[in-house]
Amino acid sequence: MSLVIPCPNCGSRPVEEFVYGEVPLVPESITDPDARDLDRAFMHGNPEGPVVERWFHAAGCRRWTTVRRDTRTDQVLG
Amino acid sequence: MTNPDQERRIAFEWREPRSAYDVVIVGGGGHGLATAYYLATRHGIANVAVLERSYIGSGNSGRNTTVIRANYGIPEAVRFYQRSIELYQRLEEETERDLMHRQKGLLWIAHSEPGVRAERARAAINTAFGARTEFVTPEEIARICPQVDLSGGGIWPVRGATYHPEGATARHDRVVWAYAEGAMRHGVEVHQRTPVTGLRLDGGRVTGVETPRGPISAGVVLAAAGGHVTALGEMAGLRLPIRSHPLQALVTNHYERRFEPIVASADLLFYVSQTARGEMLMGAEIDRQPSYSYRSGHHFLQYTAFRAITLLPFLRDLRVLRQWTGICDMSPDYSPIMSATPVEGLYLTTGWGTWGFKAIPAGGEGMAALIATGEPPELIAPFSLDRFAKDRTLADRGSAGTH
Repeated sequence: MSLVIPCPNCGSRPVEEFVYGEVPLVPESITDPDARDLDRAFMHGNPEGPVVERWFHAAGCRRWTTVRRDTRTDQVLG
Repeated sequence: MTNPDQERRIAFEWREPRSAYDVVIVGGGGHGLATAYYLATRHGIANVAVLERSYIGSGNSGRNTTVIRANYGIPEAVRFYQRSIELYQRLEEETERDLMHRQKGLLWIAHSEPGVRAERARAAINTAFGARTEFVTPEEIARICPQVDLSGGGIWPVRGATYHPEGATARHDRVVWAYAEGAMRHGVEVHQRTPVTGLRLDGGRVTGVETPRGPISAGVVLAAAGGHVTALGEMAGLRLPIRSHPLQALVTNHYERRFEPIVASADLLFYVSQTARGEMLMGAEIDRQPSYSYRSGHHFLQYTAFRAITLLPFLRDLRVLRQWTGICDMSPDYSPIMSATPVEGLYLTTGWGTWGFKAIPAGGEGMAALIATGEPPELIAPFSLDRFAKDRTLADRGSAGTH
């Protein structure tokens, strides 16, 4: 079973209808502006577990939605 | 080389971990085990433990599609992967194991004018930096691989290709076992079912690892954990330029004819080769969202099957036997990271994405030299972790998206 994304306008739809959008989170512990730029450009939290992310329903309503997903299981969390 | 009793005669000797080693390698895949092997055989450093949380080769080393090639798109990569091709060609002799290594030749097909220009550029840069790659016309493609539909199902007509005669495959778990056995024969210890749950740090340097079997001290720790490297970096307070993406593959039932070359298409993002059992083994691109889930998807089957029969119509008569997933450590520039880190004693071999198997010998050789001498050898020096801060990224179109 592939990943299914809940779209607030179209209901639960298969992942291939969507475009993935990462929410870049630069840790607040990084304070130097250059280091923050470097982190935003290249580094990733890449968490094993719950993550908040954006999905664009490209083959549907063409709106963005926010989803919480567990990256270990691909389960969408409520 | 034929050695029908190989599995019975492989001499693994399992012990309990000791409390200290010179080097602890986290991850018993190809890269970790090859690094241990070259440390022991080339540098006389055998007080080494490889810690594997599952069984050796259980991650991407046992999940890849076993392609060996050097037809990359930037000079640094061409030189590095060509070294790996050459080490692979001698590996059966060196380890005295049958790795089912087979040189097959690789066709990289272009279906568009921009694709043809890219393949001509690939041939030029490969030739300039030591890999054998030549541009071939559709007529020559038909001779090398008569099964290719030159009309591309009427949708993707074949305009040309590069041919890379040293393209090869090898049995991936035999490569893992050969390195493990060779390293252990020289005194390296391999500990399976031994996850690393923490890093021990003292000031700015690493002093060992925590495991459920007790703490283990080490002067050097190498993170060789594939898609799970981010968690190890976090234990040392490091942010890494890695996102973990699933990559799927499938095999069909056996095709009763010989299918000699490896065939890939950059425009279709698809590749296929025949296994020693006659199965057709194929893959495409990574899943777009980061994930650690090994679940397979129907979407992959659908688009891979479409691409397969567009290029090679005979595949429509075969059936899918198995489908599986690996978790790839993708770097932003599609090039690997083989490097020291800001934490003294902590080294990384990561960013192996979808191109790690072919790099196992040269990656292990380079990392062993880096750990033994403290200086990166010339071949791997460009692939350092600090290249992102220094604006010296190695964007490589030749590796992007497929094996």
